[in-house]
Amino acid sequence: MLSRVADSIFWMNRYIERAENVARFIDVNQKLTLGFRAGMMQQWEPLIQTTGDTELFKELYGEEYTQENVVRFLAFDARNPNSILTCTDLARENARQIRDNLTAPMWEAINKFYLKIHHYPANSHTFANPQHMLDIVKAQSQLIEGATSLTLRRSEAWNISRLGRLIERADKTSRILDVKYYILLPSVQHVGSDLDIVQWSALLDSASALQMYRKTCGRIQRKAVVKFLLLDRLFPRSLHYCLVNADEALRFISGSLPNVFSNPAEQLLGRMKTNMDYASVDEIIESGLHEFIDAFQRQLNDLGEAIRDTFYGNTSTITQSQTQYSY
Amino acid sequence: MFSKYQLPACFDELISPEHQVRFPSVSEPLSALGYEQLLARQRITEERLRDLGITFAVYGHADGAEKVWPFDILPRVISQDEWTGIDKGLRQRIYALNLFIDDVYNDRKIIRDRIIPEEMLQTAATFRKECVGHRPPHGVWTHITGTDLIRHKDGKYYVLEDNLRCPSGVSYVLENREVMKRVLPELFLGNTVAPVEEYPEALLESLIATAPPGVDNPVVVVLTPGIYNSAYFEHCFLAQQMGVELVQGPDLVVQGDFVYMKTTRGLEKVDVIYRRIDDTFLDPLTFNPDSMIGVPGLMDVHRKGNVTLANAPGTGVADDKAIYAYVPEIIKYYLNEDPILSNVPTYICADPEQRSHVLANITEMVVKPTNEAGGYGIVLGPRASKQELEDCKAAILDDPRNYIAQPFLQLSTVPTLCPDGIEPRHVDLRPFILLDGTGADNIYVLPGGLTRVALVKNSMIVNSSQGGGSKDTWVLG
Repeated sequence: MLSRVADSIFWMNRYIERAENVARFIDVNQKLTLGFRAGMMQQWEPLIQTTGDTELFKELYGEEYTQENVVRFLAFDARNPNSILTCTDLARENARQIRDNLTAPMWEAINKFYLKIHHYPANSHTFANPQHMLDIVKAQSQLIEGATSLTLRRSEAWNISRLGRLIERADKTSRILDVKYYILLPSVQHVGSDLDIVQWSALLDSASALQMYRKTCGRIQRKAVVKFLLLDRLFPRSLHYCLVNADEALRFISGSLPNVFSNPAEQLLGRMKTNMDYASVDEIIESGLHEFIDAFQRQLNDLGEAIRDTFYGNTSTITQSQTQYSY
Repeated sequence: MFSKYQLPACFDELISPEHQVRFPSVSEPLSALGYEQLLARQRITEERLRDLGITFAVYGHADGAEKVWPFDILPRVISQDEWTGIDKGLRQRIYALNLFIDDVYNDRKIIRDRIIPEEMLQTAATFRKECVGHRPPHGVWTHITGTDLIRHKDGKYYVLEDNLRCPSGVSYVLENREVMKRVLPELFLGNTVAPVEEYPEALLESLIATAPPGVDNPVVVVLTPGIYNSAYFEHCFLAQQMGVELVQGPDLVVQGDFVYMKTTRGLEKVDVIYRRIDDTFLDPLTFNPDSMIGVPGLMDVHRKGNVTLANAPGTGVADDKAIYAYVPEIIKYYLNEDPILSNVPTYICADPEQRSHVLANITEMVVKPTNEAGGYGIVLGPRASKQELEDCKAAILDDPRNYIAQPFLQLSTVPTLCPDGIEPRHVDLRPFILLDGTGADNIYVLPGGLTRVALVKNSMIVNSSQGGGSKDTWVLG
């Protein structure tokens, strides 16, 4: 496969997954903060902190963390390189570059995704109630993944697609978990309270994990939720699952045997995966969940660069710049 | 439905001057559906084209602005008898033109025999001195041609121009048919329509057949300037249909005597490049040094015979509108046959006598620059303002070699779905011809071709860059 094509497939998938997850961020915040008349004000600032785009937000909107500003910024602002709108643009732009490598159902799904978001009214009604738009984003992303899964041969293109999706998803699940760190509880004694349980449920729900969590773990407990989203081997949005499968996809591309590395990307990913294989939730919480997530995101960033150097290193002439989150 | 059809002054391809329908098996199901239903189908079609992203880019608009390909669902019908004549004429014409190009760059017999003045060739902007003495693999220069035909008042087809440099449009022929089958299946019942679907296979076959000799399993690629090119959709489509890589200039690299593409598993040799980049951008070392979309050193590999470029650089010389005037002589010279398809009478402004005729009769002429494509720079005498005509005259006098003139021919019309009913709109026809070097009998002609339609009332400009659309073209058996 052409190196340029591999790069575009990788990023196209990251952008689609990113759009879906930004929708999930907004969703989690809605669910976390609505309905607590006495308990808490709506908090939108933590959402921006979670995405890592605080500086750009301040530059564009100052300190005005209103729902309108935050939803506009995350969903519709073309100046935000990680907004849903920008992600759909870039996903389609990449898809157009490599349209001949996509199956017809894949292209059609991506094109429709783009058209739907671009024609969605970006007005104050939407900012006040973005739920319908968020549902479209999630549904379209799943449609694209379904079309990919059902029509693409399990060759290099498939594995690169998977790699892009999984790396982006691991990053975003970790950020969804991190929202909880930034959300301020009214007081310390609320920890472990009903309110706390509602928040953890909302968080699971936003990762589409609530049902599976219930089936697997039963009652909502902080430690179990963290363990589920970080370490569950079988849940497709958990960090561990993403790493195990990304590792497999990467090995398919390079043809390396398991537990052997032939390039820096494999080395890095192998280490992250092994680390996760033997991690315990107690240790993670003891040494700080937020710190763990922070370190994880840095490693993912390094991994993204290593993948680029390994597979697409010789395509320096690409003019588009693919943005990653800043830290 | 066609009883109120306003017959135009020119030739209408469905309704005769006596108001008889020429192809009742097509018009009857249309009438049965009725205007409102056809409009509804037209809307479904547009939605479908939009969802599929079947678009083209218009230069001069916002960066990369894509427009949905305008498509009219009423087909343009050609009888099998008529088509057989066109088909024969095209084979003859392209075969002769390929011999001509080969001769021009090698033996130059046609010049020595004084059929074409030497100066006419030397001054053609598309003549590539870099190609002199070169013979591409299997002697094929014009792998793919899209010849433009029009149907005059007399009902006869005339060749308007030969597009020998990466002609566009074939992808729309295939997509139009596909979309038609979805939205107007009723129309196909009881009709035998010549299939167009085998084109990608035929294209791949002829590209493989013209690979450098001795290469087993040649690697074929399509070379595109990128997503901002107006025909990017087509480049993608053809690569996808043939199952070959779509590459951009920076994906290719010349090492030693060969050209390679950069893949995730290292370099892979490329043997045949269906390039959709103009000659002058192909190789910055040979042509335009500022080209960012070309491949440095590609022409060297080409000259050594280690890569097939389709079409070969230099074919544009036969595409020059002044050379066009000589095509009937070219056919006679190389094949010793009379041309089957007629040329439009053409006045060469470089010739003083013909030039004064053009200047004196400019209000009845169509004046064209000799080396432009896409309808750019054309002046329609009967429709131009006084000032435009004066400017045109001045331009001719300033650089006569750059202009030809032709009588203003009326393009034929085909019924078209318009906001106020079904009305005649002018059309032309671009059939596609593939040459693979294995002989005159093995030329492939796509049945029908691209019908472009001027959607604006009375307009005769069918170019998609200037308000044209397209129709499905049916060769009806």
